[in-house]
Amino acid sequence: MSEIDITHRTEVCHDLPGQKAAHKMLAEFRYTPSLPERGYTGRALRVDLAKKEIREEPIPDRIRELFTGGRGYGLHYLWNGIQPNTQWNDPENVLTIAPGPLCGNTQYPGSGKSLVVTLSPLTDIPIDSNVGGYFGPLLKFSGFDALVITGKAEHDVILVIDGVEGRVTLEEAPKENPDSHVAAEVFTRMYARDEKDLPNVSVVAAGRASEHCRVGCLNFSWYDIRRKCTRIKQAGRGGTGTVFRDKKLKALVVHGPRVTADANRPADLERIAKVGEKMHFEIHDYDDQQCHMRRQGTAHLVEIMDAYDLLPVHNFQYGNHPDTPKINSKVWDQRFTQTTVDGCWYGCSMACSKGADGFTLKTGPYRGHVVTVDGPEYETAAGLGSNCGIFDPHWILECNFYCDTYGVDTISYGTICAFVMECFQRGILNAERTGGLTVNFGDGAAQLELLHQLAQGKGLGAIAGQGVARMKKLFAEKGWGDPQLLGDMGMEVKGLEYSQYNSKESLAQQGGYALTNKGPQHDEAWLIFMDMVNKQLPTFEDKAEALHYFPLFRTWFGLCGLCKLPWNDIEPADNAKQPEPQKVPEHVQNYLNLFAGVTGREITIQDLLRMSERVYNFQRVFNLRMGKGRREHDQPPYRSIGPVTREEYQSRAERYDKELKEKIGVDPASLSLDEKIRRVREYRLDRYQKLCDAVYKRRGWTPDGIPTLETLQKLGMDLPEVVEVVRPHLKG
Amino acid sequence: MKVLTPHPEKCQGAFACVKSCAKALNKKDDLAHSAIRPKKTAQGFSFTVCNQCGECIRVCPTGALRRNKAGTVLIQRDLCVGCLMCIGFCPHKAMFRVPGTATPFKCTSCGNCVKACPHGALTLESQDHANLPA
Repeated sequence: MSEIDITHRTEVCHDLPGQKAAHKMLAEFRYTPSLPERGYTGRALRVDLAKKEIREEPIPDRIRELFTGGRGYGLHYLWNGIQPNTQWNDPENVLTIAPGPLCGNTQYPGSGKSLVVTLSPLTDIPIDSNVGGYFGPLLKFSGFDALVITGKAEHDVILVIDGVEGRVTLEEAPKENPDSHVAAEVFTRMYARDEKDLPNVSVVAAGRASEHCRVGCLNFSWYDIRRKCTRIKQAGRGGTGTVFRDKKLKALVVHGPRVTADANRPADLERIAKVGEKMHFEIHDYDDQQCHMRRQGTAHLVEIMDAYDLLPVHNFQYGNHPDTPKINSKVWDQRFTQTTVDGCWYGCSMACSKGADGFTLKTGPYRGHVVTVDGPEYETAAGLGSNCGIFDPHWILECNFYCDTYGVDTISYGTICAFVMECFQRGILNAERTGGLTVNFGDGAAQLELLHQLAQGKGLGAIAGQGVARMKKLFAEKGWGDPQLLGDMGMEVKGLEYSQYNSKESLAQQGGYALTNKGPQHDEAWLIFMDMVNKQLPTFEDKAEALHYFPLFRTWFGLCGLCKLPWNDIEPADNAKQPEPQKVPEHVQNYLNLFAGVTGREITIQDLLRMSERVYNFQRVFNLRMGKGRREHDQPPYRSIGPVTREEYQSRAERYDKELKEKIGVDPASLSLDEKIRRVREYRLDRYQKLCDAVYKRRGWTPDGIPTLETLQKLGMDLPEVVEVVRPHLKG
Repeated sequence: MKVLTPHPEKCQGAFACVKSCAKALNKKDDLAHSAIRPKKTAQGFSFTVCNQCGECIRVCPTGALRRNKAGTVLIQRDLCVGCLMCIGFCPHKAMFRVPGTATPFKCTSCGNCVKACPHGALTLESQDHANLPA
């Protein structure tokens, strides 16, 4: 596709002066800009939208020690801002964006992440979402380790942080389009001083759909100097965009100082530069042989997952499909522009933020527009594609584009749409119940129509936008389907939709999804290959150890403002010879060097895990405080554990029959199909409970999944307010 | 464009090129500041130096690496954020950084080393750059 002009797209900036002139200043705050010192500014910017108050406050050393930064800071501010009975749409709900101490270093790949934390409209517990783009780093270089937003504005507002001038303004902004691909472009150009200044501006926006659904996402922009447009990355999970629009935020804009190599003012720049150079060499030398991230991003996973029977197909019923080659990495390799730089922050040589340029939309309000589509990533290709039985790259790209610009999480939408399609297949939904919409597996136009309805808060789309958990309840209440079947096939835990891996045949991954703090997102633990393919986790204790170590190790990325991908989507040449190759020991050492290089504090892997363990347990207790966070809330839908239907059983009959014979001790030939399904179910559900027992024990939790006082004391997380929450659950 | 072209068979190991480059490019006597790096091997001398192929332009996220009108690839310091990707992705490993500094440097085809070499082991050759990254 090299003939595509990557600078050509439909113009979206109209009348910037007129739009800006319509702004009404609500509040102004002057401050002294400062660069971080050893990765930390020690300052938080607090904004109350209702009171129209903007102020800064210091972040005490004690908070830094306990929570490190990023997700830890977000959880800290959320805890202090809300009560156990607070709802997501109450004004006191807190939306925090925090970059973390290592965020913004330009030398090491994957160092531009910030963390969004808020009370989720899907789960009613805290959600944390890790996102790229330039906003986090530029926020920090403007002087702040966290942006903490509370209250609700009366009308649509924007917050503009000028880290050069030392000025923050809250402005009513009635005219601009909230859709992200427009808002990012408009506000970037509105607040950049000139062309050269465009990369120093970043925008956070949601989109029109975030006003009508619980699966709203936030888009974080950066200016792409080659495409000459803004690009976006998403804080996808858990409805952060929904909270954003509920607060009447149209956009956040940061205008930072020019970025330099030492903007974090690190303790030892040379140490960081050395590990950074080493990683660039490694990615240059091995990416072509390993994951092809630089050409295909995470979309390279599509055919791998299909080959291992892990690709979600038809709402996670199956793990592969004959049409997968139509959406595999070869297709994306061709469709993505290969002649440009695709990092979502400086120094990311992994460069997985691929873009499909010159794409003409067929549907919706932007029909006929030529756009650049950011993605699809694997999750999007699998969620909007195979999981919905859609194997046409055009529809996947179009739905990807609209999800992003409307402010809809592609992962949740993929799982939602797949659920709706299966409901339609099984007669739980029909044309009468959907308002005339036919929603069959494989129908890309229907997937788009449902999304456009969702964006307008109309029809079946309005219902779908509430998420799988609420749809299950609603359809059962209406008597449209068997509650048990709906429970089994509705792929959510704690209210959050599953991300796009089939966990049926990996017990460890069943835990990796359902034993998470925020809900089933694979960023805590992805253990399928270790468990299923490499057979490295044979016992419950082995699985429990992996479900202790990896969630903690991965949590650390979110505390520090890092991306997980350069940890194990590239490996040193000799990694396989290491004693624990799955941990990628050399890269772990890189991170220890990186942390010491930025902050000046030498740490060991045990220190790193301890930093995470404090926050991880705090978040677990936070869930408990909000009414979840016990064993009953860690229970997955049966489809993530085993075959729900006859067709699912038959699709892997050999595997299940073998399990009956060898693990359960019954002769499958003596059982009817329904009896076989029942016996496998009993066995697998029991096995999952044993896994919970082992994991809770390893994590230092009670059999009900509550962190014990000893655990909290060991971590220094036995704060009075934390102990107060757990104590009633520990009696007896 | 002018491309610095080593002729290893003529090199006698005087390292005059290295000294002159460090001085001309970075105003240093420390040889680590040179963008040309001859190395003695069993077969004689080999040279590590930029051939102006422009692969580094492709990976630079800020546009700090550009080809000038004459075709030479230069780093615009005020645009460089010190990401060092150009070092990792140079096919000839001819992008350098001195320990303790934040940004890289490379050969600018200035010709000082050509003049400094007492044995004529370096020349500047004209090449077409029309189809190379700009």
